[in-house]
Amino acid sequence: MAMATAAVASVRLATTNALPRATQRSRDNEACSALNSAFFKNSIPSSSRSSRKNLKTLNDGSRKGICVRVKASTSDMVKEKALPADGQLISRHEGLDLYEDMILGRAFEDMCAQMYYRGKMFGFVHLYNGQEAVSTGFIKGLKKADYVCSTYRDHVHALSKGVPARQVMSELFGKATGCCRGQGGSMHMFSKEHNVLGGFAFIGEGIPVATGAAFTTKYRREVLKDDSADEVTIAFFGDGTCNNGQFFECLNMAALWKLPIVFVVENNLWAIGMSHYRATSVPEIWKKGPAFGMPGIHVDGMDVLKVREVAKEAIARARRGDGPTLVECETYRFRGHSLADPDELRKPAEKAHYAARDPIAALKNYLLENRLATEKELSAIEETINELIEDAVEFAEASPLPPHSQLLENVFADPKGFGIGPDGRYRCEGPGFTAGTAQV
Amino acid sequence: MERDPTVCVIGEDVGHYGGSYKVTKGMAEKFGDLRLLDTPIAENSFTGMAIGAAMTGLRPIVEGMNMGFLLLAFNQIANNCGMLHYTSGGQFTIPIVIRGPGGVGKQLGAEHSQRLESYFQSVPGLQMVACSTPYNAKGLMKAAIRSENPVILFEHVLLYNLKERIPDEEYVLCLEEAELVRPGQDITILTYSRMRHHVLQAVKTLVSKGYDPEVIDIRSLKPFDLFAIGNSVKKTHKVLIVEECMRTGGIGASLRAAIMENFFDELDAPIGCLSSQDVPTPYAGPLEDLTVVQPPQIVFAVEQLCKH
Repeated sequence: MAMATAAVASVRLATTNALPRATQRSRDNEACSALNSAFFKNSIPSSSRSSRKNLKTLNDGSRKGICVRVKASTSDMVKEKALPADGQLISRHEGLDLYEDMILGRAFEDMCAQMYYRGKMFGFVHLYNGQEAVSTGFIKGLKKADYVCSTYRDHVHALSKGVPARQVMSELFGKATGCCRGQGGSMHMFSKEHNVLGGFAFIGEGIPVATGAAFTTKYRREVLKDDSADEVTIAFFGDGTCNNGQFFECLNMAALWKLPIVFVVENNLWAIGMSHYRATSVPEIWKKGPAFGMPGIHVDGMDVLKVREVAKEAIARARRGDGPTLVECETYRFRGHSLADPDELRKPAEKAHYAARDPIAALKNYLLENRLATEKELSAIEETINELIEDAVEFAEASPLPPHSQLLENVFADPKGFGIGPDGRYRCEGPGFTAGTAQV
Repeated sequence: MERDPTVCVIGEDVGHYGGSYKVTKGMAEKFGDLRLLDTPIAENSFTGMAIGAAMTGLRPIVEGMNMGFLLLAFNQIANNCGMLHYTSGGQFTIPIVIRGPGGVGKQLGAEHSQRLESYFQSVPGLQMVACSTPYNAKGLMKAAIRSENPVILFEHVLLYNLKERIPDEEYVLCLEEAELVRPGQDITILTYSRMRHHVLQAVKTLVSKGYDPEVIDIRSLKPFDLFAIGNSVKKTHKVLIVEECMRTGGIGASLRAAIMENFFDELDAPIGCLSSQDVPTPYAGPLEDLTVVQPPQIVFAVEQLCKH
């Protein structure tokens, strides 16, 4: 799919009249206004327009050859945004930055698959191939101090946020040099330095944690009187999660207290083998935002430039103190749910449709067509990234496994929590504890 | 909360209402609505929110309006509260206190009469303490707030009206230590929360009958203070556990195993354990009384054990 040379973003916007307008207290210099602002005119031919999907399933759960065309319904509030004066959606530098980040995500995940099948990593590994535009589009718009909270499909979120590939790969290999000392694994990527709050195995349970980080920002501003506290939190989760109670409970609380959070739904249409349309009474997830008093946006998640435009506005909105936004990104995972998933339920036609909308290919075409980069430059980036990934693998291979002594160290922040033993000493003071052999 | 501005309370009706048992009465006026956060009815999510806030620098106290409601937060308590310090490789601490009134009250019905200590005790990474008097309630609360570990503090619905003279000066109790309530020679009675008071009632009868029981309020439900308990067992050689949680898989079950494992040679008799019946707490008064351990049962059990 080619991104047209003219303006590209097509965003479906649903707002309610009750939403506050932009406040005076606008932090950023961009002309970011409240989400009643206009968006770019869509000039993509309608056949490849996003958010149309050829759906397979009838309501009775049987799958027949009938294709049902699903449309997200339009709100009257959809507006269009004028292009910047110079006609450039993105600068060369920004474009290359985005490209490099997406290539990193893709190359890393491809290497994970290789390593998994070679027996270097184990368990459940969920790869992000195809969804790179969402991670890059949002996370590249954040500061280091901003928080990201993810799910089990978290490798690329961690990488986009700045966690070194070496640390992520080591963690996947279960080595002591991993970002979580080998104790978390694929589904539990955390980084205090880069403010990655996880990595959660159960869907939905990261959303309240993200809401809590946003609450901390508000608390620091209003109770601790710290005016510099303007961190934004982004919670990433999937379509399956949007039927879970924690999703709705957190939409409510975030809107109620106007927390600086963006809820990003990575709707890849499948929750393992459960089609979104078989699981959800109202499949348009973006519609659920206004029900709780926040804007609900639907964006083409295969197009990093569109995602980036929406992300800019949503992040700015949160940073200003205007509250949360719900963004539904229509996206697709090119691989199965996990490396253990045979991926037999998804139809080849659907996969082909989205493969043609590969976000990396799309950005590459855009950069080339708009003469923001040359083939040679882009290849050089790919080469650099490949070397980075190779280095990460070598590092992980060479790193030691965690020693026995590590077993008990991080169960408690204060190891007195293991209690007082029969001899009157705290258990953590005994040699068995530091050797990891104590029965606690 | 005066000492540390990052301490806040999160729960239903903790702010304007002052708490369902008035634990936070008057505090919202003093500290504001954000420090005494009245939440919507969404235990799992606001507990998770407190965990996220704790990871990012605050020290929240989550109140379950009735402890039983925290069953709805089991996902967050087990998966995140206990585990995240470990799965993050020690990067994030969760200095959270989860507290609330639990236990069997006066005809509150089955769902409002729950004891959650047995359900949470297996979660690694959590500490659990139970208070039983105004003195230890204050001291344990302060210790729990200051601890870097997630702590569940079990209060009891029937104990809020207790009155006691407590020190004016600040004191903080140790989360891992048990409390010697009454020294004795004949038998070690281990108990916690409301059953401490039933035990003390029984002790009056026992003393008049010539027995000299040693009573220890274990306070720390997880981990057990095996030093205090062991010293007592070595002295009396007989143990009776009196608890309010269910017989099956309760604190008593774990405590029995721990004592047997560590102090088997010191025992002259099998460890006795009086627990609540494995029955959903009935509404009718007489039936409710039958599910919970009463002083005459304690007296009888001590007499039996002391025959050894």
